[in-house]
Amino acid sequence: MGGLSDPAAGFLTIAALVAALVLVHAPLGDLMARVYTSSRHLGAERLLYRVAGVDPDAEQRWPVYARAVLGFSLVSVLLLYALQRLQGLLPLSLGFPGVAPPTAWNTAVSFVTNTNWQSYSGESTMGHLVQAAGLAVQNFVSAAVGMAVFVALVRGFTRSRTDRIGSFWVDLVRTCVRILLPLALVAAVVMLLGGVVQNLAGPTAVTTVAGGTQTITGGPIASQEAIKELGTNGGGFFNANSAHPFEGPTAWVSLFQVFLLLVIPFSLPRTFGRLVGDRRHGLAVVGVMGLLWLGSVALAVWAEVAGSGAAPQAAGAAMEGKEVRFGEVLSGLFGASTTATSTGAVNSFHDSFTAAGGGVTILNMMLGEVSPGGTGSGVYGLLVLAVIAVFLAGLMVGRTPELLGKKISRPEVTLVALYVLATPTLLLVGAALTAGVPSLREASLQDSGAHGLSEVLYAYASAANNNGSAFAGFGAATDYQNTALGLAMVFGRFVPMLLVIALAGRLASQAPVPVTAGTLPTHTPLFAGLLTVVVLVVAGLTYFPALALAPIAEALS
Amino acid sequence: MSTPVLDRPSTEGHDDARPAAGAFDARALVSSLPAALRKLDPRHQVKSPVMFVVWVGSALTTAYAVLDPSLFTWLVTLWLWATVVFAGLAEAVAEGRGKAQAETLRRTRSETTARRLLDAVDGGPRREEAVAATALRRGDLVVVEAGVDGGVIPGDGDVVEGVASVDESAITGESAPVIREAGGDRSAVTGGTRVLSDRVVVRITAEPGSTFIDRMIALVEGSARQKTPNEIALDLLLSSLTLVFLLAVVTLQPLAAYSGQAQSIPVLVALLVCLIPTTIGALLSAIGIAGMDRLVQRNVLAMSGRAVEAAGDVGVLLLDKTGTITFGNRRATALVHLDGVEPGALADAARLSSLADETPEGRSVVELVDASRGAAGAPAEVHPGAEFVEFTAQTRMSGVDLPLDGGAVGTGARSLRKGAASAVAAWVAASGGPQVPSDDDSELSRVVRGISASGGTPLVVAERVGGAPARVLGVIHLKDVVKPGMAARFAQLREMGIRTVMVTGDNRLTARAIAEEAGVDDVLAEATPEDKLALIKREQAGGRLVAMTGDGTNDAPALAQADVGVAMNTGTSAAKEAGNMVDLDSDPTKLIEVVAIGKQLLITRGALTTFSIANDVAKYFAIIPAMFAGIYPALDRLNVMGLSSPQSAILSAVVFNALVIVALIPLALRGVRYRPSSASALLRRNVLVYGLGGVVVPFIGIKAIDLLVSLVPGF
Repeated sequence: MGGLSDPAAGFLTIAALVAALVLVHAPLGDLMARVYTSSRHLGAERLLYRVAGVDPDAEQRWPVYARAVLGFSLVSVLLLYALQRLQGLLPLSLGFPGVAPPTAWNTAVSFVTNTNWQSYSGESTMGHLVQAAGLAVQNFVSAAVGMAVFVALVRGFTRSRTDRIGSFWVDLVRTCVRILLPLALVAAVVMLLGGVVQNLAGPTAVTTVAGGTQTITGGPIASQEAIKELGTNGGGFFNANSAHPFEGPTAWVSLFQVFLLLVIPFSLPRTFGRLVGDRRHGLAVVGVMGLLWLGSVALAVWAEVAGSGAAPQAAGAAMEGKEVRFGEVLSGLFGASTTATSTGAVNSFHDSFTAAGGGVTILNMMLGEVSPGGTGSGVYGLLVLAVIAVFLAGLMVGRTPELLGKKISRPEVTLVALYVLATPTLLLVGAALTAGVPSLREASLQDSGAHGLSEVLYAYASAANNNGSAFAGFGAATDYQNTALGLAMVFGRFVPMLLVIALAGRLASQAPVPVTAGTLPTHTPLFAGLLTVVVLVVAGLTYFPALALAPIAEALS
Repeated sequence: MSTPVLDRPSTEGHDDARPAAGAFDARALVSSLPAALRKLDPRHQVKSPVMFVVWVGSALTTAYAVLDPSLFTWLVTLWLWATVVFAGLAEAVAEGRGKAQAETLRRTRSETTARRLLDAVDGGPRREEAVAATALRRGDLVVVEAGVDGGVIPGDGDVVEGVASVDESAITGESAPVIREAGGDRSAVTGGTRVLSDRVVVRITAEPGSTFIDRMIALVEGSARQKTPNEIALDLLLSSLTLVFLLAVVTLQPLAAYSGQAQSIPVLVALLVCLIPTTIGALLSAIGIAGMDRLVQRNVLAMSGRAVEAAGDVGVLLLDKTGTITFGNRRATALVHLDGVEPGALADAARLSSLADETPEGRSVVELVDASRGAAGAPAEVHPGAEFVEFTAQTRMSGVDLPLDGGAVGTGARSLRKGAASAVAAWVAASGGPQVPSDDDSELSRVVRGISASGGTPLVVAERVGGAPARVLGVIHLKDVVKPGMAARFAQLREMGIRTVMVTGDNRLTARAIAEEAGVDDVLAEATPEDKLALIKREQAGGRLVAMTGDGTNDAPALAQADVGVAMNTGTSAAKEAGNMVDLDSDPTKLIEVVAIGKQLLITRGALTTFSIANDVAKYFAIIPAMFAGIYPALDRLNVMGLSSPQSAILSAVVFNALVIVALIPLALRGVRYRPSSASALLRRNVLVYGLGGVVVPFIGIKAIDLLVSLVPGF
């Protein structure tokens, strides 16, 4: 697999990945559209509804939908927190004690918000029960919550003159039962075949070739690995995440993981197009996402392969922090994809990327995780930005702006404006506090200067945008960071979500505006181009000063 | 460039003394400066969040400059204040354009004395009393007479007695007088206009202070302006952008301190002011005022900005056929002679029978014949002994009886008749001529049916010479003539996504034929006011905004229901009350221009917002390297403009940011160019001009200013 560092092989790798995504996105997208529009309940689903006491045919108004999302997530956090704290008393703990409160809070929040930031080392903190019954369960449901909110928003566009935006419980259950579980099962089998470990073994002490002793942890890795990527979660079984040979044994498994973390986010636009009754709208959305993702992949791979900077030049290649079996191309591809999808799994260390490559990973998150973003959250994030784009474009064609037959006026703009404000506030205030308060700075920053600032920006970009990957130099395991990053994750997840649900309710209540020749078409390359520019400009203008002091200053030096 | 470009088929005749739309010169800037300085009051600034942030930033910088003075700090402070002043200037200039006009209007209103009629006492004659016009109340009756007190009508009202010619030039700019009479749809008069002849009694319909002139003054001055829905939404978006930038700049300081180069307050304020969308923030209210002003320049008064905005969104235009799409009178367009009849004989007979016919139809027959003959063959003159037979509703014919070669008329030497087919057929039959059943297959019936089917009106011409039975010569084809250029105009509207519906009282057949010729999308035939109202409600239920014009009292419900209801100034008070716009020229086709102005207003806002945001790219490239090149010399590679020094770079960006407001005032006032075309074409053009232009222009502008600033010692 050493040939992968060769530019031609690298290009072929990316081309094969794109081809696989193109091939799969249509059937998967169509399947998901059918899941959300079907009027039939499966037997297993009926059982779940009966146990939970939910009427699956009762639809919800937006405040009720929002309460359901929040309530479910709150219960999830509490359960996961309790599970970690009580670990020592429960079976399958592998002898690990209960997790300390700040770490337990951070981890609970992190997995429920689909961030999967890890301020702990999985193999030395969590037993199998917490991993499988706690973290893996959240890997499924947190991803499903994002997709449910996306479907609710789409209903806002497709429905009119109604206050109902669907049932959160049905959306949640169907996403898990009909989409995530079957896909994860297939993916886990493929990974098993590829050499990912799956057992319930505890740590095994082995004597290495050199004569030292090493403790090797086994566990239900393949099953967790599958949903980790599929649900754009990213929380690894091991601290080393997908760079660990049990999680990412070979280059092709690593490539398969990239495919898995991209496949749902890139298929949802197709679902969106199906649901709104015009596939061209899905194409426009996937076009914007694809352009941004390909751009970032190209930049990251180029930066890593070119390997500028003093250390890579001296070493001959930018291989520090990278696994030799993956090489620069697959590392760059994985890095760009994992940050573009809010996954946060890693197969190499972003902290060790070249300044430009590391900058790409930060910028990917700063775009607001829309390229293609997390499961569900990526599409709804992009649709919110499309509201802004259509507002400007609509004015420029001389009409009250409309998107998919819905007028964008004061209430919609208010919600969107708040959405756009939420994440930057968390990111910039969080980063400024850590960088500005000397005690916090000294407690968490390993490096000084521009690279140190990159670490802080990365941490808060990752938390506020629910990515979950980290620049390794940042010491996140302090009580302050555990709490502050946890808050950034909570608000970064649920404030935008609430605004999106409110937007869905508002849109659903509107009467539709018929399409005429005077209507701005929002499925054209022109509009897709404009939307791409809006995504870049909104993030660029917000973060340029901060970036200038961190990766840009570092990269230009 | 200055006005929405729409082909106008009708030529406008009014001489307008007011400044043309888009007129703007540097003097207006200077004369508006005092008003602009008055707008520095923070209570005024707080209305625009963006400019309020600049105001606070300027105050902060001033304090800093006083405590720690330096040339750089003072210059930055000066230009920050200039930014605030320029914003006020834009608004003041826009308002100033209406001021002169308002003055003229005020003069017509002031100090008019009214002759109020008092209730009759004991059946005696009603007495009059002289009161100030401002003392009149709704329902008062006043007498207005030509030559007395200048004949000025003291307030808005309806003529309830008499008929008079009225000079309405004070409000319409049109010098030709118009007739106002009691009853009917031409009874409304406006305060401030003058009675030129006769005497009328007017019932006052508006309280003082809320008359038409009052409203017009408030409108042209911009004082009655309220923010429109889209403007509020845009304001919200701009506010949130401002907050984002505030956040970016406030959090930059700790990051800068961490990096080892904390920034001074003036530099941070300069960065903030350059980033927040000051360009559009400063021009937003000027754009709104100017939009209303453009309507006023076209003699349309909008009662609210909301209506103007709605005009841009209109999806359906209801247009009355008569007077809007057609000239309103049927005209002769062809003569069809029957077999065996000399074409000349038919033409002659048609002409002779119409010479005394003063109706538009009659005149059009004469014109048609004369035009077809051209210079050849002098038209036969009317015999001095001719006796004309007038058209009546009973006979449904008109014509002429001519003496034969000077003989006596009594014998009916030569009689010509033209009229409805059945009436003329009866006349022919009565004289002993052939019976023409209405449903037969004779040549005449075929021609008559053919003309009817095409939406025209057939006029049959017959002749009787001496005592012989009469014979039919042929048929005159009368038809409603569509105004030239209408089809092209409707095609433009279609391209803009606007459907036109022709409303007419005609029968379906006629209506459909005209509709086809004019190129309208749909037709409402045999329309009653109720039908019209129902149509509007139906379209609105489908999510479309409807615009219509109307003048009669029976139009009032439909005008009120329509999203954009343009009442004709000649119309009744009820119609004017019900609509949300009044067209002083009473030109129904103006609706199309109103739509264009509404669109232009929105486009101007969108284009300048895009421009404003696009400007930030260059400003970042100017300011960020200047701020941090001290600690990270490599960042100077971002100084792509090659600005001479950090201080010069920051100052140049601030100066550019201020000057661009002034530079764009003319554009804000006249609106960006608007040509009806598809949404995609409009977007492509505006993104290119204002988006791409907005990225490129500041690079050039800041560099140019930097070249000048670098000449200042110390920079």
